[in-house]
Amino acid sequence: MTDPSIALNIEGVSKRFGGLVAVNNISFALPANKVLGLIGPNGSGKTTMINLISGALKPSGGTIHLHGETISERPAAEIATLGLARTFQIVRMLPGMTVLENVQAGGVFGHRRRWGTELRDHSRALLAKVGLQGVEDTVVSALTYIDQKRVELARALASDPKVLLLDEWLAGLNPTELRTGIALIEQLRTEGRTILIVEHVMDAIRSLCDSCVVMSSGIKIAEGTPREVLSDVEVIRAYLGDADA
Amino acid sequence: MSSVEAGQDAKPSTVTQIIRDLREAAVLTGAERRGLTAAAVVTAAWACLPFISDGYLLSLGISITIFAGLATSWTLFSGPTNYISLATAAFFGIGMYIVAGGVNLLPYPVLILIAAIAGGLFAALIGLATLRIAGVYFVIFSLGLAELVRQVVSWGQHVMGTSSGLYVLIDRSDSAFFWQLLVLTIVVYLVSWWIGRSRLGFALRIIGNDEVVAVHCGINTARAKVVLFVISSTFAAIAGALVAPRWSYVEPTLAFSPFLSFQVVIMSLLGGVHRLWGPLLGVIPFTILWEFISAKFPSQTTLLLGVAFLLIVYFIPHGVIGLIEDLMKRRGGLLNSLRAMLKKDGRK
Amino acid sequence: MDIIITGLLLGGTYALMAMGLQLQYGVARIMNLANGEILVAGAFGTFWFYSATKFSPLYSLIFLIPLAFVANWAIYDVLIRPLVRRAKSQGQLEVDSILATFGISFIFVGGLLAVFGGEYLSYSYLARPIFILGEPYGLNRIAAFIGAIVLCASLYIWLHKTRAGLALRAVAVNPSAAGLVSINVPRASALAFALGGAVAAAGGSLLSMFLTFDASLGVVFTLKALVIVIMGGVSDIRGAIIASFILGLAETTVATLVDPGLTLAAAYVLFLAILLIKPEGLLGRRSS
Repeated sequence: MTDPSIALNIEGVSKRFGGLVAVNNISFALPANKVLGLIGPNGSGKTTMINLISGALKPSGGTIHLHGETISERPAAEIATLGLARTFQIVRMLPGMTVLENVQAGGVFGHRRRWGTELRDHSRALLAKVGLQGVEDTVVSALTYIDQKRVELARALASDPKVLLLDEWLAGLNPTELRTGIALIEQLRTEGRTILIVEHVMDAIRSLCDSCVVMSSGIKIAEGTPREVLSDVEVIRAYLGDADA
Repeated sequence: MSSVEAGQDAKPSTVTQIIRDLREAAVLTGAERRGLTAAAVVTAAWACLPFISDGYLLSLGISITIFAGLATSWTLFSGPTNYISLATAAFFGIGMYIVAGGVNLLPYPVLILIAAIAGGLFAALIGLATLRIAGVYFVIFSLGLAELVRQVVSWGQHVMGTSSGLYVLIDRSDSAFFWQLLVLTIVVYLVSWWIGRSRLGFALRIIGNDEVVAVHCGINTARAKVVLFVISSTFAAIAGALVAPRWSYVEPTLAFSPFLSFQVVIMSLLGGVHRLWGPLLGVIPFTILWEFISAKFPSQTTLLLGVAFLLIVYFIPHGVIGLIEDLMKRRGGLLNSLRAMLKKDGRK
Repeated sequence: MDIIITGLLLGGTYALMAMGLQLQYGVARIMNLANGEILVAGAFGTFWFYSATKFSPLYSLIFLIPLAFVANWAIYDVLIRPLVRRAKSQGQLEVDSILATFGISFIFVGGLLAVFGGEYLSYSYLARPIFILGEPYGLNRIAAFIGAIVLCASLYIWLHKTRAGLALRAVAVNPSAAGLVSINVPRASALAFALGGAVAAAGGSLLSMFLTFDASLGVVFTLKALVIVIMGGVSDIRGAIIASFILGLAETTVATLVDPGLTLAAAYVLFLAILLIKPEGLLGRRSS
């Protein structure tokens, strides 16, 4: 029934916290090798959605499928081994470990398991890909924020994930870093990776996404290409209020 | 599993993977080889102790050996995860009591095996119940565990009508004890060393750094913690079983004494819990200090233990190892700035 | 039937002990493993008072409570605050405070051993039976229960009707937000810690009226207080009160029907049940 060429299928997913409905009957699909942008004003439920997909939270209703397999009821570690990797809104490093070890951490237990020399070479290659060279033995706490983000990205890629979730990965970057960051994600996109990004940076959305889903107060208010969605009256109203619609 | 997997990423078969892992594991770096040789030499030297002394010094040596084993197996679990276990005495006591209770019924080696299995099972039960939630619950649970087991054992003896004190009258020389315990300690070290190089060891370090990240990297954190806890506790139970004949009279308050748990924790913290031989650096000075204190101030030992503990927590939080590494870093820094200065002058 | 009443009497007295730890863990965020030792110190203090003066032990509360308050404030200031300052996360603070208070508990035990020796201490006060529904109950238990209820109620009212109490409750809910509304969080934490210690000492004083104490009993009380606080849900003081009664009943049931030496086992069984069924406690809320 569920088409396996759809990387991520969200069907009628809801999440309730007591009386608050953070995510209300959301449905959308992310086809394989495409990039989908999940956008919306603050508090719209985007990060909750990411947490539901990655397994950090359990949905109150609805189902989530990863390449045809139901993941909505599974623990996060299992979902990771099935091929889902994510970054965090606020970077989460392994503070007592080196840069290389941080990247390796992603590659040992995930979707594609590596160890020993194979793991080391693979991690080094990833570090080079994200633009970090010569720092592999530095303790991560010594790195700048953008470099830590690169490490987190490399860590997420280390397990050869089928779907990559980027939770506001471009947040907190200055204009130069932003250009580098967008270029990096563009590179991943050219490689054919399947990516779901949650973002506020509209430039990134416009240039990276094949499709967009807009959330506001937990419900989906628009879906389509970036151009369609960003000129949608409802979307503009959600972000800027009635006056500018 | 999903059909999309086939052909998309060629995962090697499990057998090839295992063979590859074993071959990788057998490869030792130069540093590792040097470390192992050094350890072997030191251990061989230590093993000769019974030939040098058979009185007080040997007795001290036995204490050091036991605590080295207990502290290292404690660090095996509590070091990387930061879950402070206060329950060493519970498992030690269980091992001791299995020997004491069964000494007239079953051969000694069998009792040791039973002690190991019982300790492991008990640890598995506790681990499954408490290690899936926040670490603080585990610590609290472990706090009263020894006392709980003591109460249950006392009650059991009361119900069965046996006296609370049991005699374990197996004749064995001090040298024999020393070598038995040394073998156990060596095994503990080898197992710790092996795990440290393995995926399990890596998983535990990741868990200790950030459990959320660990989970999202695909680690079954509960299982990893439980496995380590079981291994650590099994060693404590075996240690108790081996020590029982030495004490010859076993009583619940002695076997499950909170002092033991406390001493193991303090020695491990003193030495440093993030390196394999860290606890050893805490065991040796502390055991000697303890002998001194309990001889000179017998009625203030508890008080002084507490003070010593606080001193360590406040001033040496990363243990002696931490101090040494800080010193090396500083000296390294000095050396580097010295080099830089010389280079500058040279260029002039 | 007498199990139920005795259990309730015991539970009520336990409630005081648990409230002490609730303040220290819920507000000051310090997992105080020395809590039981403070309780035992309170018991010893009352024992000494009664043996020396023969006045009603309840009078000892007059000097014990302020003394314990000051002592615990000092402990917080000198020993705990440096840990709060150097901790980089709540998790690390918990580990550090557990280790530090563990060490403090040994100092307490050592101190008590040095001053009072290792024997069991008990005294007989109001040991006359009072008949309720045809069964005899110790007047001392009833007096302790009433004392505990009075103190608990006063504390509860203070927490809910005064500004200082409101400040403490705010810090318990969200320390950083409390700071933002100009509540002096370090001071509130110190206050909570000191108050918690005073309450624990008072609890020990009341318990000494009908229980036998020795210097090493602290850990058992710490455990029981911890089990109660966890069972009730760390954030809600009403949960602790309900849990205290549950523990009191469970303990008395086990002591009467099975063996009086298994009271800790009863507490552990409850602990395990809560951990397996609802780890956030009866009235607690699961944090997502």
